[in-house]
Amino acid sequence: MLAVRNLSISFRMYSAGLRQHEITPITGLDLEVRAGELVGIVGASGSGKSLLAHAILGILPANARTAGEIYFKETLLTPDRQKRLRGKEIALIPQSVGFLDPLMRVGQQVRRAAYLSGANGSAEAAQRQVFRRYGLRDEDAERYPFQVSGGMARRVLVSTAAVGQAALIIADEPTPGLHPAVVAETLGHLRQLADEGRAVLLITHDIGAALTVADRIAVFYAGTTVEVAPAADFQAGGQALRHPYTQALWRALPQNQFVPIAGSQPPPDQLPAGCLFAPRCPHVSAACRAARPELRLIRGGWVRCIHVEG
Amino acid sequence: MLKAEGLSFRYTPNSGWVFQNITFELRPGEIVGLSGPSGCGKTTLGKVLAGYISPTKGRLSLDDRPLPRRGYCPVQLIFQHPELAINTRWRMSQVLEESFSPPLDLLRALGIENGWLKRWPHELSGGELQRFAVARALAPGTRYLIADEITTMLDAITQAQIWQVILEQARRRNLGVLVISHEAPLLERVCGRVIELKQ
Ligand code: SF4
Repeated sequence: MLAVRNLSISFRMYSAGLRQHEITPITGLDLEVRAGELVGIVGASGSGKSLLAHAILGILPANARTAGEIYFKETLLTPDRQKRLRGKEIALIPQSVGFLDPLMRVGQQVRRAAYLSGANGSAEAAQRQVFRRYGLRDEDAERYPFQVSGGMARRVLVSTAAVGQAALIIADEPTPGLHPAVVAETLGHLRQLADEGRAVLLITHDIGAALTVADRIAVFYAGTTVEVAPAADFQAGGQALRHPYTQALWRALPQNQFVPIAGSQPPPDQLPAGCLFAPRCPHVSAACRAARPELRLIRGGWVRCIHVEG
Repeated sequence: MLKAEGLSFRYTPNSGWVFQNITFELRPGEIVGLSGPSGCGKTTLGKVLAGYISPTKGRLSLDDRPLPRRGYCPVQLIFQHPELAINTRWRMSQVLEESFSPPLDLLRALGIENGWLKRWPHELSGGELQRFAVARALAPGTRYLIADEITTMLDAITQAQIWQVILEQARRRNLGVLVISHEAPLLERVCGRVIELKQ
């Protein structure tokens, strides 16, 4: 359904004194999501997760330069095609109701989404049906975004994406700081959307949450995919994981060892020449610093590290 | 000891209670969790405990005295969103030194890079800013920390870095810490006991 190949995104920035420099928040990024599959993208803030969503939707700022390709249903996603598919075949579930029009009742916004995305039958019938599906009452449609809170807001946001025929749904941090029950409910809704045959991309910093519903997990670091692993590889004590960063992430969870590695992710204007994780990697060697590692298929998962063995 | 006795809060006499009748004690060196459903007033309670706002009813005391009205507050609050608590017109070095000059090993432990000190707040990510907010709240005058969902938006490694620093400082300096969080594994890992708030 979606294939991202060797994507890089850079921006030209002007600092004090009009000196120009370039930052590269996404470098050689690869990802694939199939129909019926839920892929979780996890990583620190600044690892390129949200920027990837913007690149797929075609809403990057004008000064962005991209290289590499994004394919949707086996055809190259050009800016023209992105404009046509956005909100129809490719839908976004945003972080908060702050992304909705504050002056439009939520029911009307869902009807508008239904209309734009070519839902079956009338937009109103589609909105009622999707509201019923997510346990929202008919009266809730009359509320304005500021009148919905917590759990209800999540259901409205999922409704806007689920009401149409979107084949690819991108959820960008859909459960920020919510109560566990609301998180579980929202994640369950995403899983259902995948089970209906759609492709779902779940972007989150919360690896524990992603693991409860994802088929595969893509781990981002400093703008690249360091590992794409079946979710099951995270369960068995983490030994099945391939990349040293993924292993460090796993060990750092409070339910595991809660032991962090030192340092921080390199900023996009100071990327190291070789492996992007080399400055913090416990297994680094001279060869790691010489060139960016390629993605390799090891034990059924993709990893960008030269020292992992099958 | 930081002591809350029957704390209640509402914004105006006509509005509903944000929280009501909260009583607990936080002793030096003790790490206590506070959890409860969204909308049960945890964030407002945090602001009352750190002296940002006064309770409508009840008594808050630090060693049997009210919180000091002037000077540095020994109860420091760290927020979920550091960008709301940091002066956007200052470089990060100024943001830090407003409070004190943190020793280098504290900055290292928090993963703060030298280069970040010259940057403006908008040039740093939420996770990077939160490390500064924690460093700043650990000034020598601090005796209690109120940590309101401080790592909720952060990845696991940054979360563990920040908490290991806070736990170590709490042990070394006998700080009392109130950990406001939804995250059960975190509360279980860092807290001696957890207070549950109801709606
Ligand atoms: S390539 Fe080298 S530095 Fe990079 S993750 Fe692998 S072992 Fe570590």
